[in-house]
Amino acid sequence: MTPKLKQSLRRSVVVLSLFAAGSAFAQSTILNVSYDVSRELYKEINPAFSAAWKKQGGADITVNQSHGGSSKQAGAVIGGLEADVITMNQSPDIDILVERGGLVAADWRKQFPHDATPYTTTSVFLVRKGNPKNIKDWNDLTRAGLQVIVPNPKTSGNGRYTYLAAWGYALEKTGSEAGAKDFVSKLFANVPVLDGGGRGATTTFTQRDVGDVLVTFENEAILIAQELGSSKFDIVYPSLSIDAAAPVAVVQKVAAKRGSQKVAKAYLDFLYTPVAQEIIARHDFRPRDPAVLKKHAAKYPAIRTFTVEQKLGGWAAVQKAHFADGALYDQILAKK
Amino acid sequence: MSTVKSFRVLPGFNLTLGYTLGYLSLLILIPLSAVFLKTAELGWDEFVAVVTAPQVVATYKLSFGASLLAAAINAVFGLMLAWALVRYSFPGKKIVDALVDLPFALPTAVAGIALTALYAKNGWLGQYLEPLGIKVAFTPLGVLVALVFIGLPFVVRTVQPILEDLDTELEEAAASLGAQRWQTFRHVILPILLPALLTGFALAFARAVGEYGSVIFIAGNLPYVSEITPLMIITKLEQYDYRGATAIASVMLLFSFALLLIINGLQAWTAKRTGRDR
Repeated sequence: MTPKLKQSLRRSVVVLSLFAAGSAFAQSTILNVSYDVSRELYKEINPAFSAAWKKQGGADITVNQSHGGSSKQAGAVIGGLEADVITMNQSPDIDILVERGGLVAADWRKQFPHDATPYTTTSVFLVRKGNPKNIKDWNDLTRAGLQVIVPNPKTSGNGRYTYLAAWGYALEKTGSEAGAKDFVSKLFANVPVLDGGGRGATTTFTQRDVGDVLVTFENEAILIAQELGSSKFDIVYPSLSIDAAAPVAVVQKVAAKRGSQKVAKAYLDFLYTPVAQEIIARHDFRPRDPAVLKKHAAKYPAIRTFTVEQKLGGWAAVQKAHFADGALYDQILAKK
Repeated sequence: MSTVKSFRVLPGFNLTLGYTLGYLSLLILIPLSAVFLKTAELGWDEFVAVVTAPQVVATYKLSFGASLLAAAINAVFGLMLAWALVRYSFPGKKIVDALVDLPFALPTAVAGIALTALYAKNGWLGQYLEPLGIKVAFTPLGVLVALVFIGLPFVVRTVQPILEDLDTELEEAAASLGAQRWQTFRHVILPILLPALLTGFALAFARAVGEYGSVIFIAGNLPYVSEITPLMIITKLEQYDYRGATAIASVMLLFSFALLLIINGLQAWTAKRTGRDR
């Protein structure tokens, strides 16, 4: 080895170790791995948190965000993506991190208020202006000849909540599992297209002009009405729907390794503060803070909702009874 | 025992063979064996149950059926396109030639969205087709349209160079010996083109079987009707069923490999028959 080469090698080793030391001690960044639709929301929340954290006497902190389909994102964290916190739109995507590799503490629901869900939304109907097909409630969706647009429950949380909302409604109306199965079968017989995700279903309904009604999250419905002008679509609230709360958790294993537990917890706590709740409300999600919710009451009409835990025995049971291979959802589609 | 070393004119056989095998293993065999290893975590009974579920079997039929049909359509029309590009000169020929490659370059999702917008009932083409009772978007026909679109360059680009090398003197000779036009095509031109045409067909087919991005937007994705096999794999992945996903993937791989072997065999056979084999 020539002396010159040796010298430059040594220099690069020094530089590299400086980088390593920097990331180990200062941990001036944390990573929030999230689902697709929350991109804009966290873009606004993150700087607000950095400011609040500094005001409390914390060091400079940058929150990085990563977005994508929620199951893929959870898969990436299992695969080694170093997320300090994970913010999802359905609990199974956090439960899987408990199951695989114990990345998240098993009691993650207990670590933050409202079962660790700082905000919620619900499944509502979007119909064409003036509601020409007179769609009022879930039972209207089973009418013969009507076309219902729903994203695929197997690949999207949005579709899964829609399916479960319809199931819960039918369970209440018919009082039996068999009645619910029959009802949901009729509803899905009216579905002409199953898009992979919520946004795809929106495109099919609004741009391709397919279908009489789109069932989707309230935040998506409000966004469509804003973006495309409320002159083309109306939002209809059914008599009963599902509470689609968005769960959050600290990725314990990663945070411990990076020494970021404190700031990661503070970040998720921050989501419950009035400042963050206000941002959340502005991004079309229903805030948990009663005062903030009241302020935006015009945007969020009261609607009776049920949770998966209340009516359907929790997510693990739902997964097994409805969405596993050959379970109820597969049977319903096979009947078609 | 003594081994007889065969004599080769070109030096470095061992080196190049070693390099070829090493490179192939690193790039293709190791990732593929990972698929089979993950699949092996399923027991045999479970494996059979996953890959023969009625919903999955329905996707095989659509995926392989539509891919074969799309490749066949491309073989016919791709040949015509290549013929026109090689044999005639017309204004804008260079541009048309460049256009052929576009399906290669376009991100498949963009292709899918564009095709869906075109063929949906409010699209440019869809609005005229729907009254005739022809539904393209959100039906298996839409899957076929997308697969034809992405497969076109493969046939054109494999056949084109052969056509360029083809002497018109051969055709003139055939004509002077009294051959009809059809006879010239059937007995003189086609045998020479066939190996390249089969390669193009195989490439277009292989690409179509694995295609996801463009199809997913136009298919409608209804179970038992318009679901393709790659969607089944994605569905399993979304539910963290990695083993189920690789199980279906390995069936697809084996099936495709068998079909490609047959096509390659066919190609070798036709090449030998026409005396182009060295």
